[in-house]
Amino acid sequence: MTPSRSFRIARAVLLLVFAAYFFVPLLAMFDFSTQVRGSAPGRTWDNWTFMFRDEDLRSSIVASLLLALLTVVLMIALLVPTMVWVRLRVPRAKKLIEFLCLLPLTIPALVIVVGIGNVYSWVTYLLGDSALVLTFAYVVLVLPYSFRAIDASLSAIDATTLSEAARSLGAGWFTVVVRVIMPNISGGILGAAFISVALVLGEYVFASLLRFDTLPVAMAALYKSNGPAAMAAALASMLLVSALLVGLTFLSRDRHRRNPGASS
Amino acid sequence: MLGAFQDEDGALTLGNLDALTSEAAVSALKGSLILSASTALLGAVLGAVLAYLVVSLPPRSLLRRGTLALSGVLAQFGGVVLAFAWIATIGQVGIVTQLVSDLFGADLYGSGWLFGLPGLVVVYCYFQIPLMVIVLAPAFEGLRPQWREAAVNLGASTWSYWRHVAIPLLTPAFLGALLLLFANAFAAYATAAVLVSQGQPIVPLLIRQAITSEVILGQANVGFALALEMIVVVTVVMVAYSLLLRRTSRWMR
Amino acid sequence: MTDHTSSHGLAVALSDLTRVYGPVKALDGFTLDLAPGELVALLGPSGCGKTTALRILAGLDRATSGTVSVGGKDLTRVPASKRDMGMVFQAYSLFPHMTVIDNVAFGLKMRGRDGASRRTRAGDMLDLVGLGEHADRYAHQLSGGQQQRVALARALAIEPSVLLLDEPLSALDAKVRVQLRDEIRRVQVEVGTTTLFVTHDQEEALAVADRVGVMNAGRLEQLAPPAELYSAPASRFVGEFVGLSNRLPAEVRDGVAALLGREVPVLPGSTTGAGHALVRPESVSVVADAAGTATVATVMFLGPLSRVTSTLADGTDVVAQLASSDALRLQPGDAVRLEVAPTPVLVVA
Repeated sequence: MTPSRSFRIARAVLLLVFAAYFFVPLLAMFDFSTQVRGSAPGRTWDNWTFMFRDEDLRSSIVASLLLALLTVVLMIALLVPTMVWVRLRVPRAKKLIEFLCLLPLTIPALVIVVGIGNVYSWVTYLLGDSALVLTFAYVVLVLPYSFRAIDASLSAIDATTLSEAARSLGAGWFTVVVRVIMPNISGGILGAAFISVALVLGEYVFASLLRFDTLPVAMAALYKSNGPAAMAAALASMLLVSALLVGLTFLSRDRHRRNPGASS
Repeated sequence: MLGAFQDEDGALTLGNLDALTSEAAVSALKGSLILSASTALLGAVLGAVLAYLVVSLPPRSLLRRGTLALSGVLAQFGGVVLAFAWIATIGQVGIVTQLVSDLFGADLYGSGWLFGLPGLVVVYCYFQIPLMVIVLAPAFEGLRPQWREAAVNLGASTWSYWRHVAIPLLTPAFLGALLLLFANAFAAYATAAVLVSQGQPIVPLLIRQAITSEVILGQANVGFALALEMIVVVTVVMVAYSLLLRRTSRWMR
Repeated sequence: MTDHTSSHGLAVALSDLTRVYGPVKALDGFTLDLAPGELVALLGPSGCGKTTALRILAGLDRATSGTVSVGGKDLTRVPASKRDMGMVFQAYSLFPHMTVIDNVAFGLKMRGRDGASRRTRAGDMLDLVGLGEHADRYAHQLSGGQQQRVALARALAIEPSVLLLDEPLSALDAKVRVQLRDEIRRVQVEVGTTTLFVTHDQEEALAVADRVGVMNAGRLEQLAPPAELYSAPASRFVGEFVGLSNRLPAEVRDGVAALLGREVPVLPGSTTGAGHALVRPESVSVVADAAGTATVATVMFLGPLSRVTSTLADGTDVVAQLASSDALRLQPGDAVRLEVAPTPVLVVA
């Protein structure tokens, strides 16, 4: 049944209203970020280059990117072997792993911060006060999202049959995991990595309350002294994260296209 | 992690729980509940409308795919950047504020409502609506065309199809999404932390004050008490939801 | 709603229907008449337009041109919800949030019937399809075959003017399919509703229908009772699509085809001169004969019948269907003589 004409017009109007609500703030931010300081007339890109010139901001960007990288590496190293192992050898533990991985989703991040505040005073005491120690907290934070990405791609392949086939051909367990399973869930792993990077780059709760200088914290601090430059940095990080997440959706769509559903 | 939190049980004296009944704590809890409930409801209704509009587009339409992808991005979009975006829009010198004052001579900024609870409602909807879209779009997509055709075939008008078939089928997904939105808004901290600089209208900000203030000793334990309060609220919502779900989705089991 | 008694059934006329989707003509001047109470099966490969024809009759799709009438009334512009037609979909069409009985009663509810009479009527319908015991279950608690029975009961509950079946068996297991197929026929005869049954499974079509319409590329190729369709295909498409056929070289002269050294009458629509005859496997018999020019290639045992493939001197393979008792005397490599029964054949170019 094709939608009627009046429905289509109403749909177009409503979609435009929604589009305005969602795009005007972004445009406003862009507008703000190209203003000359002190409300003088004219446009400038100075605020955009500020993030490369300012020492503090630059170091916070580096810290955030490093944090993202470390989080992704640690997440993959922990999650992938565990999930594959559980799926192949101890399927009974699947519910438990799922519960543990989704737990951080149900507890407000702020509550976690309150809870691990003490732990972190020990961590910084032992490992120094580099922002990179946040990695441990962030791995927990990205767990629910990464778990679901990897779990989805693991479910899409028949891991059991694949591993049985590989083992009947003489492969050992290491080979099974690294050479057979991992290449087949690379899409899910990549997706997990993307969403982890996106989350880490925007994370503010942990960093600000545990007093580490990551990009969002630095931006919030910068806003008080140089609004337009903070806006520029914010928009830049937003664009990077959007690119990652949009890339993720296209990635998952490609995966779907490669094995079309049986329903047509 | 929780263990570390519960280790404080000894220190969690009645005094700390008493702090929950202080005027500031009660008004913050009220603020949090109002904010979460209103943005969950607004986000859920508007998001459901948007999800329906998007799903009614042809499956391959670029607009449909683009909106869904964008919703995925915006649902994750919070914190510092979002606060900035709205300051640039309807802050004191925001472009919409200026536009409105140029065109109509009205003062949209007012007395700074953006930086209080009403502002948070508008700002939170910015990530609540897209979250609703990505959660509910699959439910709309799951409405099989056969159901509509069967209903129409059996004599149902468009209205009775919605009344008797589509809405009951969507109810469990809608309630689930509503709860998710509530918990999402209730736990959100970063946006409010950047936006609100005066007063503690919601619980997370009160917790910030408690755990960052070094002036008053023993305030950290008040933070724990408030965090516990948040967990209790989230748990209560979860339980209420599962009871509600059991009633509305008997047919699923 | 009209409260006609459905026991007589109504005549259905689809006249000169054309349906264009962009560059594709799903229906191209399609005409079909159903006699009151008749069950017509529309058979054809996927994409031949059979489902489009059914959906236009139901009002779920709109014809680009042409008319639909039921019982002499023009329904072309009547919306689907007012057409009074019961439809059974391929699968998963039961409302999952309603119990079986509520599903069956849905159409009556839409017609404003009161609760008690709805329940009685729905219960009767469930008894008719043998599911009276399952009234309070939900769709997902039923097997696929049971779900389709409920869908049938639901379609019949409104006493439809026409019953529409859109590949109702294609999502089921082979065994259930046969059972339900017979069940549908039984119920249809019992209620006497004019029925259009769309399927791509020829066995199904031949088994249930009073008449079978074979469709190809949006047109009706032939409409005939099952036996006639099988024994006297009107076109090459029908001959090749329905049943298994050998294509054997033949020479047609004066309405008689020379075929494997024998003269066989030809069907109307055959070509003249050299062509290929479409010969059913059961029209071929295989006789062990040391002087025969054909050689047995394979013998396939199918239960009471067996299928014997032999190769002619020119390399053509010929499939014959014999009683297993005869076939099992043959071995691959045996020299045999092939004989064609003198039933009329269609010879195509």
